[in-house]
Amino acid sequence: MNTFSSSVATAFSLITSFDPLLGSIVLRSLAVSALACLLACSAGLVLGAWLGVSRFRGRGVVLALLNTALALPSVVVGLMVYLLLSRSGPLGFLGWLFSFKAMVLAQAVLVLPVVMALVRQTIEDADRSHGEQLQSMGAGRFLRSLILLWDERYSLLTVLIAAFGRAISEVGAVMIVGGNIEGFTRVMTTSIALETSKGDLPLALALGMVLLGVVLLLNVLMALVKRWREMLDDAAPTPAIQGAPL
Amino acid sequence: MSSLFNLRAVSVQYGSGKSRVQALVNCNLQINAGENLALIGSNGSGKSTLLRTLHGLLAPSSGQLEIDAKARQAMLFQRPYMLRASVLHNVAFGLWLRGTPWSQAKVDAMNALARVGLLDVAARNAKALSGGQQQRVALARAWACKPQVLLLDEPTASLDPSAKREVERLMAEFAGAGMTLIFSSHNLGQVKRLASRVVYLEHGVLVADLPTHDFFNGPLPAAAEHFLKGELG
Repeated sequence: MNTFSSSVATAFSLITSFDPLLGSIVLRSLAVSALACLLACSAGLVLGAWLGVSRFRGRGVVLALLNTALALPSVVVGLMVYLLLSRSGPLGFLGWLFSFKAMVLAQAVLVLPVVMALVRQTIEDADRSHGEQLQSMGAGRFLRSLILLWDERYSLLTVLIAAFGRAISEVGAVMIVGGNIEGFTRVMTTSIALETSKGDLPLALALGMVLLGVVLLLNVLMALVKRWREMLDDAAPTPAIQGAPL
Repeated sequence: MSSLFNLRAVSVQYGSGKSRVQALVNCNLQINAGENLALIGSNGSGKSTLLRTLHGLLAPSSGQLEIDAKARQAMLFQRPYMLRASVLHNVAFGLWLRGTPWSQAKVDAMNALARVGLLDVAARNAKALSGGQQQRVALARAWACKPQVLLLDEPTASLDPSAKREVERLMAEFAGAGMTLIFSSHNLGQVKRLASRVVYLEHGVLVADLPTHDFFNGPLPAAAEHFLKGELG
């Protein structure tokens, strides 16, 4: 058996035997990314929705910056959070550097623009179609953003799933602020990088497979959400309105 | 009759610079309580702009607009917005937004749905209703707020004939109950049936403002005459 096939076989056995080391890394990864998404979505949903309905001087600049932040490399985010949390940084007093919390913070910062930008676009489109009617019923700008946020919940589920996908698959930010410390801050992506450089291909491969599995699961979830939405829309025919958008 | 709206040389424009569009030009109009006013004119003539201005959704760029603040208003749009919620909740939601407590809003919403004959679909998803039913839900939502003035932007456009008849019947009922209706329409038959006064707009300019009988039988400015011939022909 060559190196590749034996590594794959060992990787499979690590997964099927629920290897404790593998399990702890996977669980830590999921926890970091889930918490980061929770934080980013708490702020991003409200801020993105507000940005979708608000009009103010300089809004174009804010949107340009937000869209730029979408392409922010994760290592740059890692560096920024590192500087913030380092002993001489403004948040150094927290003592979070090289900890689980630092990784959550870094991923939240990374994912926040993704959530905000996608939510902003969804809510802005909805507001263009329905905002006037909500305004007519007495809903002010902020309330309108919350109503549309609720009404577009199925579209926004896809945003949340996409954000989680971005968080769980990044490596640069968590590597810099977490330090890849075994048993504490080692997550799937940082482990894959480390184990590959050490030549321990089976563990790297096993983690890669799990990561791929998670991403695949997210894609399946996105497809299911899309199908669910289509089913809801299909249940809403408007035969008497010709050409009305559904 | 008390005056609900008084417009003096009101103009409304969209955009600025080269992309500026003058949607309403020096419009003078007084609308009194109890009138049923129809706004007619071709697409882009300023009907929807005028309705939105009266409803406070658009601000005049010049001129003076006086609105009787005590007169409650509601507006119905061509394609009503239905939340992803039940029919009952859609109607109750409109009331809740205007300050009615949720429990009371649901009671009032049931009454409003009974009024438009949709009590049997109260629990259904509003988005799953037909276009005509959705427009009736929107009418119930508007009626539930007990408005003195109901503005309707082409409420029956693109509805099928039976849905059109049903919506028109409800509009007539509301007007009969003393509500002031201000509606835009391309349907001249509907205008004849429902309106007591007709305003004809062209390119944002108010060209004719006459009682319905005079509009359809009397002499008209050339532009209005031309429009009428085209529509009736």
